Amino acid sequence: MNGFWAIYLRELLILRRRLGMLAGSMSVAPVLYLVAFGFALGQDIEIAGHSYLQYLLPGLIALSSMTQAFAISGEINIARFYWKIFDEFQAAPVSRTAYVAAEVLAGMTRGMMAALVILLVGSLCGIRLSLGPMFWLAVAGNSFVFSSLAVFLAMVVREHAAQMMLNTFVITPMAFLGGTFFPSDRLPAWARYGIEVLPITHASRAIRDAGLLRGFSWTPYLAMTCIGCAFFILALSQVHRATE
Amino acid sequence: MNAIDVQGLTKMFGSTQALAGVHFSVAEGELFAYLGPNGSGKTTTIRILTGLMRTFGGTATVAGYDVTKHSRKAKTQCGVVPQAVNLDRDLTVSENLMIHGRLFGLSGRSLRDRILSLLEYVELLKKKDQFVKHLSSGQQRRVMIVRALVHRPRILFLDEPTVGLDPAVRRQIWMLIKSIQRQKTTVLLTTHYIEEADLLADRVALLCEGTIVDIATPDALKSRLGNWALDIYENDHMETHYFKDRQDALNTASTPQASVNIRQVNLEDAFLQMTGKKVS
Repeated sequence: MNGFWAIYLRELLILRRRLGMLAGSMSVAPVLYLVAFGFALGQDIEIAGHSYLQYLLPGLIALSSMTQAFAISGEINIARFYWKIFDEFQAAPVSRTAYVAAEVLAGMTRGMMAALVILLVGSLCGIRLSLGPMFWLAVAGNSFVFSSLAVFLAMVVREHAAQMMLNTFVITPMAFLGGTFFPSDRLPAWARYGIEVLPITHASRAIRDAGLLRGFSWTPYLAMTCIGCAFFILALSQVHRATE
Repeated sequence: MNAIDVQGLTKMFGSTQALAGVHFSVAEGELFAYLGPNGSGKTTTIRILTGLMRTFGGTATVAGYDVTKHSRKAKTQCGVVPQAVNLDRDLTVSENLMIHGRLFGLSGRSLRDRILSLLEYVELLKKKDQFVKHLSSGQQRRVMIVRALVHRPRILFLDEPTVGLDPAVRRQIWMLIKSIQRQKTTVLLTTHYIEEADLLADRVALLCEGTIVDIATPDALKSRLGNWALDIYENDHMETHYFKDRQDALNTASTPQASVNIRQVNLEDAFLQMTGKKVS
């Protein structure tokens, strides 16, 4: 457990140093989406009894918590390839589980922070969501999935440039699909099936249902837990291989 | 019991043999230098001994623990100072040391006191709240060395600890390393600086292309050639002769029309004689 707290504490210290800058950067893209899609395009659109802005905000929370949780991969790679701090962890008597768990929790912390920033931006725009425990559980689940995926992929890549490519292929498609900006049931059947596989789809659904009080289902929570655990296990196996 | 025991260590990187059957042992409290040119296998050996490389041939024990079978126990006994500066630049000096201490299970007041006493030891107490990125290279190197000492390791691994430092700072680091050894810490030091190995080491292993060609005290390695070296420069060519007595060297040096240099034998000579190659 010592190793776990040490690594998590390191990430928190770095996070604290960059808090202002990070909070600013976390709000840029969502504000643009709110202005462009919410105010400009979606002013007169209504989806399932909610204004488009209300519909959009939970999607932006899913999107932003995903992106920020996944961003831990960049931090890991900078620490690994440029600063060689990964070697410092590897030379310490720290288990793989402690390392992965600490980095995943650090990613989740960033994901939760991003959700808070979007909520703040939303409330400034007059959009309110219900913030019950299931809402936060959904955000945490989403952050867990993408943080675990981030640690796994950060251990797979052999150079930082490859990491940037993964962001393009993995994160960008999920950002626009998966029910973040529009309901997936309006897509053709073949596309719908594909989108159902994406973890962000389950996250958007759970966050939107909880935030807009649209009913409740355990299915997206179960899906996020299973997918997150699978990525966590993959991350554990990759840390072992990344030692050399 | 030896602090370090290495038997038949081999390591391949693809088709390149980095280590080709290395054997050596280091006694408790000894300062052992691993001298060889770049690419001779020095860092590979350290990475194996400190658990940063898991696939290799042969056996290696550190403080009595097999580095493969009891990796975590072995790691608790080791302090590692890698060649590249791997401090957290976004953290302060004391935060870097604190994180290291916590990685090794230290916390609370004992950790804080340990950090303060180590920073005082290397005269960096005033810098404790400064960001590492604002320190000079020599100060960063000193922080790296004390960071490796936070958890009171029995064995300290120093991989080229003075590479890239100016001569004055290098001497400061040498004094620090010597004082660490005086506190009964075993030190394994890799270097390609002749003077460093000569001045600091109790024993030196000469490493060339993944093989140890000789291990002895610096004096023993040098005295195998004699005490004095005579470099004769003629037609863009240099030839070195070795002598027991300075007078014999002087007599030979009296050859007309040749430029000569008489000097004491050093470890570079020993390395050159053994391998036909220069260390640096």
